[in-house]
Amino acid sequence: MTSLFFRELKIAWRSGGGALTGVMFFLAVVTVFPFGIGPDLNTLARIGPAVLWIAALLASLLGLDRLFQLEREDGSLDVLLMQEWPMTLVVGIKCLAHWVVTGLPLVLATPIFGLMLNVPPIGIAAAMLTLLAGTPAITLIGAAGAAVTVSLPRGGLLIAILVLPLVIPVLIFGVTATNGAMFDPDPFTAPFMILCALTLFSAVAGPLAAATMLRHSAD
Amino acid sequence: MSDALTEEKRSQGFWAWLTGLANPTRFMALTDAIMPFIASITVLALAAGLYMAFTAPEDYQQGETVLIMFIHVPAAWLAMMCYSVMSLSALGTLVWRHPLADVSLRAAAPIGAAFTLLALVTGSLWGKPMWGTWWVWDARLTSVLVLLIIYLGIITLGRALEEPTQAAKALAVTTLIGFVNIPIIKFSVDWWNTLHQPASVSRFDRPAMDAAFLYPLLIMALAYMLMFFTLHLMNMRNEILRRRIRTLKIRAAEAG
Amino acid sequence: MKVIAENLTVARGERHIVEKVSFSLDSGEALIVTGENGVGKSTLLRAFCGLLPMVAGEVRVENGPPEASLAELIHFLSAKNAMKDSLTVAENLSFWKEFCRSGYAEPGLDPEQALDTLELAHCLDLPFGYLSTGMKRRAALARLLVVRKPVWVLDEPTSGLDARSVDLFSRMLQTFCEAGGILIAATHLPLGLPGAKSLEMKALTATRANDQMAFE
Repeated sequence: MTSLFFRELKIAWRSGGGALTGVMFFLAVVTVFPFGIGPDLNTLARIGPAVLWIAALLASLLGLDRLFQLEREDGSLDVLLMQEWPMTLVVGIKCLAHWVVTGLPLVLATPIFGLMLNVPPIGIAAAMLTLLAGTPAITLIGAAGAAVTVSLPRGGLLIAILVLPLVIPVLIFGVTATNGAMFDPDPFTAPFMILCALTLFSAVAGPLAAATMLRHSAD
Repeated sequence: MSDALTEEKRSQGFWAWLTGLANPTRFMALTDAIMPFIASITVLALAAGLYMAFTAPEDYQQGETVLIMFIHVPAAWLAMMCYSVMSLSALGTLVWRHPLADVSLRAAAPIGAAFTLLALVTGSLWGKPMWGTWWVWDARLTSVLVLLIIYLGIITLGRALEEPTQAAKALAVTTLIGFVNIPIIKFSVDWWNTLHQPASVSRFDRPAMDAAFLYPLLIMALAYMLMFFTLHLMNMRNEILRRRIRTLKIRAAEAG
Repeated sequence: MKVIAENLTVARGERHIVEKVSFSLDSGEALIVTGENGVGKSTLLRAFCGLLPMVAGEVRVENGPPEASLAELIHFLSAKNAMKDSLTVAENLSFWKEFCRSGYAEPGLDPEQALDTLELAHCLDLPFGYLSTGMKRRAALARLLVVRKPVWVLDEPTSGLDARSVDLFSRMLQTFCEAGGILIAATHLPLGLPGAKSLEMKALTATRANDQMAFE
């Protein structure tokens, strides 16, 4: 199974640096927000965590459509399905690799973009922590969407439409927890715990749903 | 080799000489010869510039932080110059179909992005003591940030398209669109910013800069420019070698 | 070991593509599936491998390793190569060698030896995407050698191969069958396997097809 993980990393790195593209998209979205809202630093600081979360959410959806589609196009999916490994585990490993390539760099880049949005240090730390806990959920739920659309030639947009409503809770608790760390009366721990629970739940439900779909997607 | 070069130059003029450089082997030989020379001048200029910068007097307002200027301002200049070089290369690809133009464009992009990033980071370090914040959405800063995004986009596009001939046109068109767009972005951002927030931050309003600052700055700018040309030539050589390796690999596959 | 397929029936939508196909193969036996384009050769092979749901019929193994499912016993090579362009041939093969290995089977050849069998050893460290069509197919065939599996199911294995490579490949198949392997291949070219069983597929009756055309 480690061989699958490292294969995914190698492919992502060779074909145009997956990590770089995601972070660049993150940067582009964060840059666009002040143009719409205005450059007032106080306003930006107040909505900064939400901007970081929305940008990270959109960046995490990037590239999800290729997660299984490429495997299907070159025939690898058949071979992956026929081995003794449970497909749920295979999907889980693929999600993990995908998150390491797309989600983790976003978490690491958050401090820079947080500074640009004038988010205070405690807010940046909280945003990093919540993104670290929350972005895996987006990848895992997205994997189910990717499996559903695996045979569609233009699945990318459809995945976004299917997955966005499902990840709304992740966004709500991620932003609530980050705001809780920044503004005093609001709590941090409770929404953060719910966020972790959501990720754990999707770690089971996402791969299970995706594996079921993939097993029936062959034609 | 060089005799043949000068002979050709004399008989057919500069244009023919430039076309003659299209032969990558000739380009490699020529750059091989001048590389040590240009590299050592760069090191000398950089050393002189840094020495002059560090011995420059402290600014009465900004204190020691004015030293950042000597790193920051030339980086910002070079960020723009590099994009101009890339746009010329793009024209070279599209209009004159010069084979080295694409190599030049590809080789310049990461260097330009590095200078832009250097300008942004040093600007941010300078901004903290001056304005009390790491970043403001000031028109100048924002448009440089947009320039960085354009650079990164071009680099990613180049990495995504593997076949060099196919990539050349796409890169050239993107670069030129970016070039036309940069003034538009610049004006719109100026407009955007003044609409919402009157310029609270301005720097270098003083029309005449003291000679004690001006000369080190100019020397540093010269050193940066030399550094750009050195790095650019080195990266072009790497790009040519990279393409040769690719061709050799494909040929090796066919040989069986 | 013996694989038995009984009354395999596969449908696409309402329409039966494959109807009541039965065969059984002992160790060392080969089955060549022939027929015009579109009669459902690929569909039959995929259903046999468990990649397509069947309307009726079953596939079972007798005297096989008890802990392995049918799918795990099969090396399936479809019309696609199941290799990644950006990885080198060696990386591709090593990955499949690791991933397809299972408890009951003995390890197969090294990627280098496997490629050598197909006279492709010089491409070991080249990215798969750099190879020509025929070489890509040969590299994909090398996957069959890096892990030992008792059943090979091959869909048009010789597509894109030149005469010399087809020869190499036939010898590879003979070795496999002599060692007790079970082979099922859909192909147009004779593979030079004496004593191979053959199954000729025919299109389902015209009237019936016309009926269905009206609905589609």
